[in-house]
Amino acid sequence: MNTSEFDLQCENLTKHFASVRAVDGVSFDIPAGTFFSILGPSGCGKTTLMRMIAGFESPNSGDIKIKGKSVLDTPPNKRNVKMVFQHLALFPMMNVYENIAYGLRCNGASKSVIKTKVADVLERVALPDVAKREIHQLSGGQKQRIAIARCMALDPDVLLLDEPLGALDLKLREAMKIELKLLQHQFNTTFVYITHDQSEALVMSDHVAVMNEGKFEQIGTPQELYHEPVSAFVAGFVGDANRWSGTVSAVHDGRVQFTTAQGLTLNGINKGDAHAASDTVSAFVRPEFIKLSDANLTNTNTTAGNNNEGHNSISGRIDSLLFNGANSRLLVRVDSNELIEADVTLTGGLNDPKAGENVTLVWPHEQTMCF
Amino acid sequence: MMVSDGKKLGLFLLFTPFALWIGLLIILPHVGMFILSLKEKVAPRVYEYGLDNYINFIQEPIYWNTLLRTGVMSLLVTVLTLLIGFPVAYYIAKIAGKRSKGALFLLCLIPLWVSDLIRAFGWILLLRETGVVSKSLQSVGLIDTPIEFLYNDATVVMGLIYTVVLFMIVPLVSTLDGMDNEMIEAGYNLGGSRLTVLRRIIVPYAMPGIVAGCIVVFMLTAGSYLTPILLGGKNSSWFTEQIYDQFITRYNWESGAAFGFVLLTFTSFVVWAGLRLSGQTLSSTVAKS
Ligand SMILES: Nc1ncnc2c1ncn2[C@@H]1O[C@H](COP(=O)(O)OP(=O)(O)OP(=O)(O)O)[C@@H](O)[C@H]1O
Ligand SMILES: [Mg+2]
Repeated sequence: MNTSEFDLQCENLTKHFASVRAVDGVSFDIPAGTFFSILGPSGCGKTTLMRMIAGFESPNSGDIKIKGKSVLDTPPNKRNVKMVFQHLALFPMMNVYENIAYGLRCNGASKSVIKTKVADVLERVALPDVAKREIHQLSGGQKQRIAIARCMALDPDVLLLDEPLGALDLKLREAMKIELKLLQHQFNTTFVYITHDQSEALVMSDHVAVMNEGKFEQIGTPQELYHEPVSAFVAGFVGDANRWSGTVSAVHDGRVQFTTAQGLTLNGINKGDAHAASDTVSAFVRPEFIKLSDANLTNTNTTAGNNNEGHNSISGRIDSLLFNGANSRLLVRVDSNELIEADVTLTGGLNDPKAGENVTLVWPHEQTMCF
Repeated sequence: MMVSDGKKLGLFLLFTPFALWIGLLIILPHVGMFILSLKEKVAPRVYEYGLDNYINFIQEPIYWNTLLRTGVMSLLVTVLTLLIGFPVAYYIAKIAGKRSKGALFLLCLIPLWVSDLIRAFGWILLLRETGVVSKSLQSVGLIDTPIEFLYNDATVVMGLIYTVVLFMIVPLVSTLDGMDNEMIEAGYNLGGSRLTVLRRIIVPYAMPGIVAGCIVVFMLTAGSYLTPILLGGKNSSWFTEQIYDQFITRYNWESGAAFGFVLLTFTSFVVWAGLRLSGQTLSSTVAKS
């Protein structure tokens, strides 16, 4: 495969600060023109990784290639990777025009080129009339777009974004998510987006890397991460899930039967390393796969078990109902006193489940992911 | 109405000590001085009002030469202090770690704990003909005869810088401290060289601190008395010496008061010109640093 198909490649990147391994053997390739997210909890090394790509930290080992060429010996101001900082870092002593022109001036562009480029990029971020404004006269979302425009005016190979939505309020975040994706499409530049918010990563990205304690746990499309996680960490971090840990009682054919600490016996399928009897497992079930069984099943099967062929079923009582339109959720307290989350569709009719009702929860064995 | 009346009262109470201080210690003496400066002695105990003291000043080249010299030297001291203070402030605010920052800042404050007089005598001890520097240079064999380092302009400038550099560092550190490191990194990331980042980002951002520091340093230097006298001797020709001379030696308070006013007007003019040139306003610099 031709290497220049990739805008950005990292090979075995490692960086430690004293005893802290901030980034530990990270490798990935980002194809040209894609939206790539790095998702991980606070302190896992995301910013450190990004600062190495931008050139503000030098790796202890490994290589960084942009368009197939190693940039380890290139100083930060010569790398064609631009960065949108967490607090945007717009220059308050310059107006919008000067902010965008700064980079072009550094590249030695002529006055007329600068003028057309600034006007062009402002047009593309849909803010054609703000060139003369001071930075403090912009709204949060406008600042965001100017910060992106300032980078895009320089035609970077890769645009790095370090949690740029972190400082915005919830409503604006939601709007900017979609906007960022649209901007990426429009500029057709590779975006590397850092976040600790899994919903941001899933919504916007073509590919997501899940990072934990300096290592990449998994790289894949949002669908792969959600439905085929390779580790307990990914399963727990990406998307909502009910989680149990238990002891394996029987294994056959990739299927695992296990008993939780509270005494529930459940069946699942093995997603991680193979398990043997008496191993400990972590099991995850997404709330949307858990259904309320129909009435006759409730009557014949009152104890926890797996009588229904190929399904786990547990009985319990609805503790509370979290109404959120189509995404409403039930919290069911099962007989062993745990809370299980299940998604339901509420129609507003008389058949809707209500708090205090006794119900039985059913889900297929295949949807119990064991690690 | 009640609320705004209460607020007014609060404001009034807060403002009173400030107003008293300004009124009693600053405005009143200056008004007195101004009136004094307009008086002239025509015969013993007979005074007339007029501008004679000021005309005297203009007509005597020694006086206004000294004033100009003081102004130029003070500007030189201000510029040199800025050149020395800026890297130090930058180091304290941006490069030193969190813990060493406090220690370094404190270190800068140490000279303030010693009185002006003692500090100047310290310099004298080092620099006089029989002083530490001269002696050690002799013993190393670099010079044959003792050298007098005191009583020249360079020593005066150095001594003044030493006395005032702190007043440059403090406002600079506080403005640079408020600058997000991201901003500097963004400057590099967008393609700026070290020089570009310094010139286009760091200095403009620190401008309020730079101007505030320069104003304070210039005023302190132009109005200083002890350091130029002790380190420069009679040669230093600092304008404050002329004022002292008029008041104490010649016992000519009227002329001394006029000189005081000339100095005040002159320094104010220089500060105003400096603000105009740097495009800053007094409120923007004082508010930000
Ligand atoms: N300059 C530094 N010196 C020492 N340790 C550092 C330094 N920078 C980062 N670290 C450590 O490296 C680890 C990763 O930090 P990093 O800033 O990359 O995390 P992050 O994933 O960006 O977290 P967040 O989501 O909170 O921003 C942390 O444990 C941090 O304490
Ligand atoms: Mg971070």
